[in-house]
Amino acid sequence: MTSVADWAEPNPVTENRSGVIGKGVDRYEGALKVSGTAPYAYDTVAPSPPAIGVLVTASIPRGRVTSVDVAAAEAAPGVQLVWSHLNAPKQAPRGARANPRSQRASNPALASDRVEYFGQTIAFVVADTFENARAAADLVKVEYAPEPAVVDFLASFDQATLPPDEEDVHIGDFPGAYGAAPVTIDETYFSPLQNHVQMEPCATVAWWEGDKVTVHTSIQMVKGGQHALAETLAIPSTDVHLLTRYIGGGFGGKGQPYDDLILSALAARALGRPVKVAYTRQQMFHGTIHRPAVSMRVRLGAEPNGRLTAFAVEAVTHCARAATFTEHAANFSRNLYAAPNRLTGHRLVRMDLPHAGPMRAPGEAPGMLSLECAMDELAEKLGLDPIELRIRNEPDIDPETGKPFSIRQLVRCMTEGAQRFGWERRNPVPGQVRDGRWMVGMGMAAAIRGNFLLPAKAGVRIDADGTITLRQGMTDIGTGTYTILAQITAETMGVPLSQVKVEIGDSDFPPAPGSGGQFGAATAGSAAFEAGMNLRRALTELAVGDPNSPLYGGPAEYVTFENGVIAIENRSETLAALVARAAPDGVYVEGSIAPAADARDYSQHTYGAHFAEVGVNMVTGEVRMRKMFGVFAAGRILNAKTAKSQITGGMIWGVGTALTESNAVDPRFGSFVAQDMAEYLAPVHADIVDLDAMFLDEADDKANPMGIKGVGELGIAGAGAAIANAIYNATGVRLRDYPMTPDKVLAGLMAKGL
Amino acid sequence: MRPFTYERATDAQAAVKAVAENPGARFLAGGTNLLDLMKLEIEAPTHLVDVGRLPFAGIEETDEGGLRIGGAMTNARLAAHPKVRERYPVLTRAILAGASGQLRNKATTAGNLLQRTRCDYFYDTTKPCNKRQPGSGCSALGGPTGYGAIFGASEACIATHTSDMAVAMTALDASVETMTPDGGVRTIKVEALHLLPEATPQVETQLAAGELITAVVLPPPPLGGQAYAKVRDRASYAHGLAMVAVAGGRVAFGAVAHKPWRAAQAEAALAAGASPAEAAAAEMAGADADDRRTHKIALVRRLAAATIEDAGSAR
Ligand SMILES: Cc1cc2nc3c(=O)[nH]c(=O)nc-3n(C[C@H](O)[C@H](O)[C@H](O)COP(=O)(O)OP(=O)(O)OC[C@H]3O[C@@H](n4cnc5c(N)ncnc54)[C@H](O)[C@@H]3O)c2cc1C
Ligand code: SF4
Repeated sequence: MTSVADWAEPNPVTENRSGVIGKGVDRYEGALKVSGTAPYAYDTVAPSPPAIGVLVTASIPRGRVTSVDVAAAEAAPGVQLVWSHLNAPKQAPRGARANPRSQRASNPALASDRVEYFGQTIAFVVADTFENARAAADLVKVEYAPEPAVVDFLASFDQATLPPDEEDVHIGDFPGAYGAAPVTIDETYFSPLQNHVQMEPCATVAWWEGDKVTVHTSIQMVKGGQHALAETLAIPSTDVHLLTRYIGGGFGGKGQPYDDLILSALAARALGRPVKVAYTRQQMFHGTIHRPAVSMRVRLGAEPNGRLTAFAVEAVTHCARAATFTEHAANFSRNLYAAPNRLTGHRLVRMDLPHAGPMRAPGEAPGMLSLECAMDELAEKLGLDPIELRIRNEPDIDPETGKPFSIRQLVRCMTEGAQRFGWERRNPVPGQVRDGRWMVGMGMAAAIRGNFLLPAKAGVRIDADGTITLRQGMTDIGTGTYTILAQITAETMGVPLSQVKVEIGDSDFPPAPGSGGQFGAATAGSAAFEAGMNLRRALTELAVGDPNSPLYGGPAEYVTFENGVIAIENRSETLAALVARAAPDGVYVEGSIAPAADARDYSQHTYGAHFAEVGVNMVTGEVRMRKMFGVFAAGRILNAKTAKSQITGGMIWGVGTALTESNAVDPRFGSFVAQDMAEYLAPVHADIVDLDAMFLDEADDKANPMGIKGVGELGIAGAGAAIANAIYNATGVRLRDYPMTPDKVLAGLMAKGL
Repeated sequence: MRPFTYERATDAQAAVKAVAENPGARFLAGGTNLLDLMKLEIEAPTHLVDVGRLPFAGIEETDEGGLRIGGAMTNARLAAHPKVRERYPVLTRAILAGASGQLRNKATTAGNLLQRTRCDYFYDTTKPCNKRQPGSGCSALGGPTGYGAIFGASEACIATHTSDMAVAMTALDASVETMTPDGGVRTIKVEALHLLPEATPQVETQLAAGELITAVVLPPPPLGGQAYAKVRDRASYAHGLAMVAVAGGRVAFGAVAHKPWRAAQAEAALAAGASPAEAAAAEMAGADADDRRTHKIALVRRLAAATIEDAGSAR
């Protein structure tokens, strides 16, 4: 096992001789994507023409399927197969795990007559064409015995329980300190249910060759998908070849397999021909996971000088009845501000809704919407600038664990951001600034998101022409993974980018955990780096041991790799020449990374500060973002362009979270009201006017060998709160119920007599 | 979606005949609404007659000094037309406030007028909806979102019509010209084209089966300023929560009723010398809504007052 101390040594990436690390190089697969030629799962050309499957979904939230009439569907043109729980092939029971090391358990489709949520798959139709399959799917007639369903979150708090294996965290004496505090805040904030609405719906193409199945699918975790399919079909995972080369967005919603994967594989086996299945846009809303609603109570007690003495963040959220997912909306607050007396915890309501699950920055994204507004409210009560209040509560060590920070530049993010944004223009008295019919205001919020490193492997080979190919069972969900892996490999091997190929999204390749939790770049990238270092060692040995090499007999520790050339001072040859001569079949090595043994001795996070200016229409209550700026500290930045795209993408989602994005549950039906992208309102271009971000110079040598950290989720953390605080500053109306739609804002304005 | 047959009409009369004689047939124009509805089996025509390429996609001057707009003209071309921009700015603004650039490139004048409601429950075929399935009930009534009409709603249906273009046309006192199944020509005021839901929300206009909209005629621009305002959750690509169009002394609202709503009380008040706020209040006195929708009454009142004011200072 390694120690974080080992990572402090300089290495090719941290030395960055060619300068390609950090450069805003174009996306590796960008041309394919913008020209529409990147084959996403559904575009994959199967070895023979595929049949098309269409899902039929439940129209009640809970109960039993009492009858399925498939006669009309079976008789419809082109139909090859109609399945329900009555005749679907037998699969391993849900949750079964034949292989104890499997990364995912069995996930059968059409397993029983039980309906556990609206939109659950209850039948499946395969036909020769999509049109025929869809028309036949509409002919399947299902009858139900409905049962009472719990679907109204706000009305079900009495059913809330502690999440499994979890206790509240008490430090010091919160009730005592809160009771004694001269200045207090006690407010409850609500963040709604959200859907991922990835551009690409879940989709799979499957075919069999003998006992082996090949699936091209859209999933964030290669091994997870491979194992889930193998477990469900009760076949060895070596018989499942899973590919996921291009993914049109995941955001956590594709971290797990869905019925498209299982049913396409089963149907392809039954029919002896390739089968492809995609969810419709409408089916995505209920058939995949969502971010659950969260109600958060925040209590703060402070001295008149702003020092927090009592601090409590308590979250109530929900998940599906049979599941255990918890949106840990209070976790982030354990590491953010100093306060001696603390209480944090979660409660979970089990409901008969579709499955809740992770969505970009699970925990932080909804959680920070509460505390970062409460801090704004406290600052006003104390007559302090919100930045100053946060600085006064900046901890020296992790406020919960007492561990040292690996590095923490939150204060610099705030002060640098304030200067660049022009925070001094903000009038601390709300409701003072007008621009025609628009009331204008500014708000800020802090951002924090954990940083993680998971075990991963990578393989790298060099061919006789000098081409270096990185291979990894990693995914790129649109974040730029291809590109940063190419950059890391190029810099590690000292070759130009054009000499590097990246092949990912294949279960035959050395495994990486995939994209999620903003651990992708650090985890997959570090394994790629280690593989590269191993290739350097292998090529060094090859050169100094080859009598025909100019480096022959030289001291291995003086070998350098630069511009595609291996050298010991002025003795050199190209990598291509070396490999062509000494290893004409190429050289392949693997490398791996694992968390350091002492990694947990540090409190390790990424940080940021958001600044927002909004206009609020006095007539209508419409809120429009006018300007937004964020400053972030997230370790060494591998690619200025893709990192900024990630971080601003997160900020944009924050704008949507604050202003438009939510899905209402209709308690009468147990279903979501919005089921397409005309009604589920993510921001469009016109909503995002002037938005920019920058990164502070940083390298976190406790994080991994390259000193990089995640950026995929940090940008959304806190962003919505900055908007909410700006709305308050503009109007004097304090809303605590996201999203802040015109009806809520207008009601607030009217209550103020405006 | 059900299988269907398709023909591209080359002359209007044949198109009218083809649809009038076949109860399963429908006109297809840009398809931006109808095809979506067909995919979800909300509509299931067995035959489509494509009228999108019939030769009435242009604009001509009328003898009265107005404009005749072809029923098949795209929303994008109509909004950009110099004569429209110059003389009927409220129409250009209304169209550009609707949908998205891509949709406006396909959507047509006639199709836009006849777009169906965006009521969420109309689109969710697992739910009762009197408009989709007469007699099944209205799921929007008592729903959680506060959606619905505040003028002329019925127990059977509270859906709203959310065309932006139609609101401006109503304020401009425009008329549609149609070709009827018997080969005749009919003129209907835009404000009278759509019906209130009453007990039959599935009947949305007074057009007969197979009656083809060939043109929309705008009278000469009214004296006085024009203004258009739309409230929406996001800055673009969203159906309106409320719309107000003002052209001279005429006022129309959108997204408040089953049809573009001519605000006759507001107009009368303005004619009698009322202030914009008073005129708006006069109209809203006739509004009606359950608890979940009362905010909308306040919203429309404020929006109407502000837009009337804007029109007054626009010229
Ligand atoms: C995502 C989305 C957002 C939208 N947002 C808005 C918005 O904000 N504001 C807005 O106003 N609209 C909006 N729309 C609606 C859009 O304006 C309509 O879809 C479009 O105008 C319909 O025109 P079309 O030519 O495509 O009609 P089609 O879909 O082809 O036809 C619509 C109807 O009209 C009938 N029809 C067509 N032509 C004729 C004719 N000549 N005579 C008789 N009947 C005919 C058809 O039979 C059909 O019933 C939106 C649509 C979408 C999909
Ligand atoms: S309002 Fe009209 S369209 Fe909507 S559910 Fe009720 S009947 Fe159907």
